[in-house]
This record gives sequence, structure tokens and C-alpha cells, in this order.
Amino acid sequence: MNPATVTNWLRTMLFLPPESSSVAASIDHLHMFVILTTMIGSAGIGLMALLFILRYRHRGEDLAAGRAPETQKTTPAWVEWGIAGGLFSLFFAWWVIGFGQYVRVRVAPEDTYDVYVTGKQWMWKFAYPDGHHSISRIYVPAGRPVKLILTSRDVIHSFFVPDFRLKQDVIPGRYTTLWFEAPSPGHHEILCAEYCGANHSTMRAELVVLGPTDFARWLQRGDGSTTTPSPARQEPTIATELGPSQPMSLVRLGEAVAAQQGCLRCHTLDGSPHIGPTWAGLYGAKIPLQGGGELTADEAYLTESMMDPLAHHHAGFQTVMPSYLGRLRPPEVAALLALIKSLREVRGQDVRELSLPPPEVTPPAGAIGQPTQPSLPLLQPIPRGPDAPLPATQGLPPPGAQPWPPMRGRVDVGADGVQGDEKR
Amino acid sequence: MSAEPATEVVAAPLPNYLEAESGVASWLNTRDHKRIALLFYVSVLSMFALGGVFALALRTELLTPERTVMDAMTYNRMFTLHGVTMVWLFLIPSIPTVFGNFILPMQLGARDLAFPKLNLISWYLYVLGAIVTIAGMFAGGTDTGWTFYTPYSDSTPTRVVPVVIGIFILGISSIFTGLNFIISVHTLRARGMKWSTMPLFTWAIYGTSIMLVLATPVLGMALALVGLDHALALGIFDPSVGGDPVLFQHIFWFYSHPAVYIMILPAMGVISEMVPTLSHRRPASYTAIVVSTIGIAVVGFLTWGHHLFTAGISELDAGFFGVLSMFVAVFSAIKVFTWTLTLRRGSILITTPILYFFSFLFLFVFGGMTGVALATQSLDIHWQDTYFIVAHFHFIMVGGSVTAFLGAAHYWFPKMFGRMYNERVGTVGAIAVFMGFCLTFIPQFLLGNLGMPRRYYSYPAHFQWLHVLSTGGAFLLGGALLLTLTNLLFALKWGPRAGDNPWASRSFEWLTTSPPPKHNFATTPRLDYDPYDYSLSEEECRARALAR
Amino acid sequence: MRAHSLGEQYADFAQQDHALKLGMWVFLASELLLFAALFALYAAYRTMYGDDFREAIAHNTLAYGTVNMYVLLCSSFTVALSVWAVRQSRRVLAVVLLLSTMALGIAFLVIKLLEYAEHFRERALPGPYFHMAELPTFGANRFFTMYWVMTGVHAFHVTGGVCLLGWLVHRTWSGHYTAAHHTGLELGTMYWHLIDIIWIFLWPILYLA
Repeated sequence: MNPATVTNWLRTMLFLPPESSSVAASIDHLHMFVILTTMIGSAGIGLMALLFILRYRHRGEDLAAGRAPETQKTTPAWVEWGIAGGLFSLFFAWWVIGFGQYVRVRVAPEDTYDVYVTGKQWMWKFAYPDGHHSISRIYVPAGRPVKLILTSRDVIHSFFVPDFRLKQDVIPGRYTTLWFEAPSPGHHEILCAEYCGANHSTMRAELVVLGPTDFARWLQRGDGSTTTPSPARQEPTIATELGPSQPMSLVRLGEAVAAQQGCLRCHTLDGSPHIGPTWAGLYGAKIPLQGGGELTADEAYLTESMMDPLAHHHAGFQTVMPSYLGRLRPPEVAALLALIKSLREVRGQDVRELSLPPPEVTPPAGAIGQPTQPSLPLLQPIPRGPDAPLPATQGLPPPGAQPWPPMRGRVDVGADGVQGDEKR
Repeated sequence: MSAEPATEVVAAPLPNYLEAESGVASWLNTRDHKRIALLFYVSVLSMFALGGVFALALRTELLTPERTVMDAMTYNRMFTLHGVTMVWLFLIPSIPTVFGNFILPMQLGARDLAFPKLNLISWYLYVLGAIVTIAGMFAGGTDTGWTFYTPYSDSTPTRVVPVVIGIFILGISSIFTGLNFIISVHTLRARGMKWSTMPLFTWAIYGTSIMLVLATPVLGMALALVGLDHALALGIFDPSVGGDPVLFQHIFWFYSHPAVYIMILPAMGVISEMVPTLSHRRPASYTAIVVSTIGIAVVGFLTWGHHLFTAGISELDAGFFGVLSMFVAVFSAIKVFTWTLTLRRGSILITTPILYFFSFLFLFVFGGMTGVALATQSLDIHWQDTYFIVAHFHFIMVGGSVTAFLGAAHYWFPKMFGRMYNERVGTVGAIAVFMGFCLTFIPQFLLGNLGMPRRYYSYPAHFQWLHVLSTGGAFLLGGALLLTLTNLLFALKWGPRAGDNPWASRSFEWLTTSPPPKHNFATTPRLDYDPYDYSLSEEECRARALAR
Repeated sequence: MRAHSLGEQYADFAQQDHALKLGMWVFLASELLLFAALFALYAAYRTMYGDDFREAIAHNTLAYGTVNMYVLLCSSFTVALSVWAVRQSRRVLAVVLLLSTMALGIAFLVIKLLEYAEHFRERALPGPYFHMAELPTFGANRFFTMYWVMTGVHAFHVTGGVCLLGWLVHRTWSGHYTAAHHTGLELGTMYWHLIDIIWIFLWPILYLA
């Protein structure tokens, strides 16, 4: 009888779903350890009590009379302390293992395949970096870490995949993340696990893990179908609007977006100085801020700079950049980020060959720091603190979001950099 | 001269509290803590029945994966109102207002509580709160779950405000009850009674009262903010105007986690009282129980974040709350060992209360350890918001608190009414309650492991057979509870008269007659000895206490 | 003059009075926890929104808050003096002092209403009703939302306190309190002091940056 058989048998006895993510097995092992101890412990205590009740039952002694003093002895303190200490050590050991697993589950590795997830009453919508959208079914590659960036359009929901042993609450007004790696292809149920109204129990979706070739084929065709038909709708994206007949790399897409949206009027790609900071060598650099302090130019900072440029403005540059909130869709933001990342090694006057129009001096129309379109209420970009390690795409508006009202929700933290405990 | 027989001057026995006055007005305007306890008894049991009806209705709906007897929004209201009724209208008041009110003053050797008028006001506030909440239910009720999470509670089309106002009023009633108990313990202890010789049930009620007084106001504010947000759209937790909905969860659980200790600590007090008496020996360690009681009351305030492990808090916060949750579990575990070891070398009366103790022991240990499992953070990610949580808290609340409540109802029945219940029916009832409970809630642990979320009206079909088992168990449990209630009601009128101290307890409430007179003791007792000293005979104890 | 009644459960008045005062302390503790929830919420939002939040505080009119601070401090003084007056058996003086306390309490509420009216004009209102032109930020919105809720709850308690003082005026005037025995008056003044203390904490966080 090998350990795998025992584990499988236990899994069945405990009614655990199949282990379909890279963390599920270790979580299940801890589960089994804890639950079996619970069962043995409670059975043990129950048995001990039963034995005592039977062994020491009343046998006709006169209860109104006093009992012999040795029957009134108390448990010595060292026994009580021993029990307390022993139990605390056991519980603490569980906590240590559980906490270690929890941190590993919560902190995503580098280089994940990111999918944007929006929960809304009562459906799940998914947006992929390449511009695809799908509803109620998400496609992810097998054997590769996938990071979900989740938000809600209305109330709190919770994204739960029992087969993965993973769950993350989905909150309006900010982004939460959940990463996983599914080793093999398969279909898994997604359930909403936070009560959200009338159809909470039907707010379900399907998570489809595709092998590498199937996934590539899906990306290419973009209609979400492999062996099963997909309900995914195809909304026009810059990719289809520009009309390439073959798939474009994200970096090339970024260049197209940068040109089209006017970024290149102020930002250069080759390190030459201009109205805005050059994108060459920008990603990962330490940015000195107007008003003091500095931040690292990670995805979160770069995204925030696109959406709310005056929040943490680069020192030494004019404050003339408009906000692109509502003007850039998530796939386009992702493309720009990919472009900027690709330039991280570019230094100084290295010139890249680009067939793009030369930058103009005047900034695009629109009030400084203000959106250029009339507004509807929108959810606030996430507050965060300096130098905090943060999920990569904080600050992105939900897919399909409407632009801002004139009220600028600039976010700051106290001088000591202390964050509220919900902020990540 | 003819010899006349010497006439003894015998003091006429005092009428007991039930007979001292008659008429409805004497009940509705009473200051007697025992009568107020009975007023509460009737009220909370009615609310338990109401909550039970909601439970059976929703379990019936869950017999099939799709619609069985009601539509989705009705179901959503049903589970919300089940939770609201059971938590605030039944569990939180239950043991303190019934047995705390009745027994605590006698255990202190006092003639009443510190503030008898306030005690009556507590009951009237309870009734008012119940009326407002139930009126809210009849007006359609709310569907937010008993937890009222924002932003859903702001935007739900259901009637949140009346229910929230009702709970607020109930909270004021709780605060007054807790205040009364605290002051009574501080100022009305009989001559000679030190903190270290106070009965354990009194200690438990004292710890509970501290939590009631400090935690309930926070609930009041949380619900007031929900009411304001819902009715006036003030946007306190609305993200579209800069609010943070998770802050509500923090404030809510800051109360609601101590609330669960408010629900279990009195139950533990009952057990701490029953086990030494029915074993006829001193508790294995009085100090351990007292220290654990205080420990739970204090550390219970520091663990609320374990309800938010998947809500988006940082890992550091989560870790902090996780460790403290482990810490608080140790206190409960110490009590469990102490009670079990108390049985050793006892002379145990195998009666209905002992059966309830045994049931409590097993169910509370199992349920409590699943709590430790939930505090193991990586495991909670899978279990949070599933039926595993539902099973866990029902094990503690029903398997723990309700079981202890039933135990107390039998244990103190002779004290309160001077009669004895039918032991055989009591035994059957206790066993049936245990079996009904297990059949209802063990399948729910399995449902949780499978990934069945809570508050689900419809569910994936492969969960059905476990739901059918659970519903069967629920009806069995309901029947068993009815049987138990019938047994007790029958005994009220037709039970054989019990003596003053049928259990031969040395605890102080048994010093007086059963039922007690209106002011508990004919003469104020001197209680300077250990209430658990079974090396003394009953006569010796009585002599020490009641000697002038 | 009505005799004070001693509860059956008490051995003497000293024990009863001790119980009453301890009871009031416990009640005040519960009131503190009620406000603590609001202070915690304030702290959370202030940490989240930092500068914008502080800018909004600067926009609050300091004069209103400070005058109200002095009004309440004086009222605490007059109410404490009323206890002293009763201990000197000076019933009329006690009543006058209690009435002054009430007047100061009402003055507090009037000044608060004037301040609210000004906020209303500036559209510095809670949540979605907030349309303050010079501070179009989330931080300001959160500040004013918390400001309205916290001062509103406090004003509600001040109103209750004024009613309580009215009851104490009646009891003092009818001679219910004697120099030796005036526990009810002492309990009432304890409550009034709490209301003052809460304002002492509200004032700096709502008016000083």
C-alpha cells in the first residue's frame, strides 16, 4: 500500500475534489493531517469521558455525605500546563505550515499569464491580454502560472475553484489577485462564494485548462473553441480594428497603440530626452517623485501614470500629461506595458528602428490631469504605498469601464508610509 | 397540672416565588430576577421555534437542486432571517437571560440582581426588539445574510432598516443585562465569598457580560451605519465615492467574533457547574477554568480577522489573526480536559444532564477543532464561505450552546419548578437530539469539502444526496427538540415533586428551597467556603452557610 | 420629600450607591465603544487618503469647533458645580447651574446647526451628495462623510444629555436630592462629562489638521 493510494483513499473518504492545481496536493496533505487529528482527538476525548462515566458511575453511595478526601484531588498544575503547551505547539505547528502555504498561494511568481476577471451580478467576465473577451468561460494554459486580476462592478463576489482549493473575494473599487498553475488540461467549475443577491447560486462559470497546442490555437482563432463550443463574444479590439490578418506580438501592438494614442508625442523609445520620461530603461527604474520620495516603475506605477498622471509625478518633468482613463482599454494598456518592458535594457542613445511618426511638441488636447471626455462615476484606482510589492496591474480600470467624473481621487498615504491593512 | 405538649415555634415556610404573587400584572411588573428569567424563557424559546421553522423551510427547499417549494429571493430571505433569529433572538440571550438571571443571584448569595428594574427593562427591550425585527420580517425581510455585508446591504431591494433597528434594540437589552450581571458580581457577593470561591457558572456569566458590554456597542454602530447607508445612501462604505466595503467587515466581525464567545462561554459555565455536581467531586482544576474563561473573554476580541482571510487583507494581518486564533483555542481545550478529568474518581449520576454533557463534549471538541483547522490559513481558502463553515459553527452553536442550554434546562429544572422531569423520555430526547444533529451537520462538512458554497438556493446536482441526508437530520432534530420540550412542559404540571437538592450539589443555589422563595434566602447566607468541596457533607455546608 | 428607597438586595445605602456608580461607569464604557467604532473608521480612511483628507480638515471652520469646545467645557464646569451646590444644600443654586448647563448644551447644538447649514451651502455633504467645488477629491468626501456621521451621533447624545438634565432639574427642584444623598444627580453629571470628553477627542481630529 503506497502513500499515493492512501492519499487517494483519504481524499475520497473526505469528499475532497480532484487535485487540479499545483498547490492542491500540499493543501490536501495538511487538510488530512489536521482533520484526522481532529477526528482522533474528539473520538479520544469522547471515549475517555465514556469510560470514566461508566467506571466511576454512582453505585449507591450516599451523596449527601462527605466523600473521601482523595476523591477530591485536583489535577496538578504541571499536567494542565503540559496539556496547554502541547496543544498550543500542535496548533502552532499547523499554523506555521498553513501560513507558509498561504503566502505561497497569495504571492504570485514572476512571468504569469494574466487574465482580467470582472464579477458582476450575476456573471463572470474575462478579458485576456491579447484582446479577447469571454463570458462565463475562461481559458488558461496548462503548466504555466496564471494570474487573475479580479474586480467587481457592483457588490462583493468571490471567485472559487474547488478543484484548485483556491478562492479570492472580488471587491468593487479595487483589484485583488489570485494565481495558480494547473498542471494538466481539464474543465473545472467556478462558483461565486460570497452572497451577492438573487442569483448568487447561479453565478457560476467554467475554467478550461488547455494544453499548449490547444491554447495556442485558441489564441489564434480567438473564438474560444477547441473541442467544445464557446459562448465567448468577440468585441472589436485595436487588433481587429488595425486589421492585421496574422497575430501581432504584444510589443508590436504596444507600438501601434502608443502611436495612435499620442504617447509618442512626449515619450521616446530610444532614450532621447523629451517632454515626458523616455520609455527606454524605464521599467524597473527608481523614479524620483515631485514632492519628494521615489517609487519603482513597475506595472502598477506605469498603469497609474497612464490613468492618474499627477498622483506620483516624475520629478523634473512638466505636469502636462492628460489622463487616459477610459481611453485605453485593458488590452491596450497591457500592450503598452509589454512595450515598455521590452525596452528595459535600452540605455541612452540606442536608436531602435521604428516606422512611426516623429513626436510632436504639443500635448494632446484636454485639461492637465483631467480626462478629455464627459464623465460618469467610476471606481477609484487602488491606493497603495511607496515601494510596496504589489500585483502588477493595480490601477487598471475594469474592462469596459466608463471614464471619470471631474473629481480627482488622488490617493496618498501617510508620511510614514503606513498602509491601511487592506491595501496591497 | 396536666402536661401540655411543648409548642415549637416554627416559622411558616416562605411562599415560593411562583406563588408569592398572582395575576398577570404581578408577572409583567415583577422585579424578581426569577420571574424575569421565566419571562425570558418563554420569549427565547418562542424565538428558537421561529428560527427552527425558518431552518426547516430552507432545508426543505434544499431537497432538490432547483426550486422545491419557494423562489430564490424567498430562500435568500429565509436563511437571513434564520440567522438573525437564531443569533440575536435566541442564542445570545438564551443562557444568560434565562439561567444567568435565575441562578446567578443565588450563587452569589444575593436576594436579587443589582438593578432589578433594569432587568425588567431588559426584558421589555427584548420584546420590543423582537417585535420590530419580526415586523421587518413580515414586511418582506432582508436577504443580506445575518452578516449584512456592504455594498450589497446598501443596494439590496429588500427591507433592511426595520430588521437592523430591531437588532439594535436587542443589543441595548443585551448591554443592560451584561451591565446588571457585572455590577451584581462586584457588589453583591455574600459575606466571605472571594473571587476564588465564586461558582464557575457565575465566572462564566461574568466573562460573558464583559464581552456583552464592550462588543455589542460596536455591532450597534456597524448596523446603524448599514441602516444609514441603505436608507439615506450616505456612502460610508461605497467604493464609488471612496468608501471601502471591507472596513464594514472589520467593524462587523470585531463584534461578531466575541459574539460567538458570548454564545459559548455561558454554555461552558453550565457544563462547569453540571459536571462537578453530577460527578460529586471538585473540578479537576478550578483555576484552569477561571483562567480559560478570562482568557477567552480577552483574546476573543483579538481574532476577528480570521473571517477575512480571503477578503483581501494582507498576509501579515492574516498571519497575526491566525496565530491568535490558535491561542484562543487552547483555552477551550484546557476546559475540555478539565471537565473530562473531573469525571475521574467521581460518583457520577447517569442522568439526562450528563448525557447532554457527553453530547456537548464530543460535538464541541469536534466543532472546535474544525475551528482550529479553519485558522490554518491555507485550508481556510478552500473552506471559506462553504458548507464547511456552516457545519463548523452549527457544531459549536447547536452542538455546543444549544446542547448546554438543554442540559441546563434539565439540570436546573427541579430548582426552578420544584418538580422532576421524566428521566426516560429525557434520555430518549437527548439521544435523539444528538443523532438528529449529527445527521444534519456531518453531511455539511462533506458538502463543504466538495466545494458547495453557502447561501446557495440552487446547487450542482451531484451535491443532492448529501442535502437530502441533512434535511432528514433536520427534521429528526426538530422532532427530538419537540419531544424534549413536551417532556419538560408536562413535568411542569405533572412531574413528581423534587426535593430541594435532588443532585446533592454543594453549589450555593441548592442551599435554598426548590422552588426558591421570592428573595432567595430567608437569611442572607455566609458563603466563605468552596462550592465544590464534596469532602464536606450537605449538612456541614448548610450549617456553615446559614448559621447566624 | 420622598425617602430614597433601598433595594432588598442591598445591606445599606453605601452599597447601593457604590453599585449605581459602578454601573454608570460600565455604561459609559459601552458608550465609548460605540464611538470607538467611528474613530476606527475615521483612522482607516485618514490613513488611506492622507493629504486630501487633511486638506479637507483645513477647510473646516476652526472657530465653530473651538467655540463649541469652550461651550462644552463650561457646561461640564457648571454641572459639576451643581453637585457641589447640592452638597451645600443650596437647591436653588443647583437648579440654576443645571439650567445653565442645559442652556450651554443647547447653545452647542445651535452652533452645530449653524455649522451644518454652512456645510450645506458649500455642498460639503456625505457620500454621493458631496459636491464641494474646491475639494473635488475622494479624501475630502471621506472626511466630510465621517464628519457628518461622527458629529451627528455626538449631537444625538448631547440632545439626550440635555433631556436628562431636564429630568435632573425637575428632581433637584422637587427636593429629591439631599446633601447626604444625591446619587442620581452624580450619575447624570457623569454622563454629561462623557459627552464633553468625546467632543474633546472629536475636536482635534475634525478641526485641527
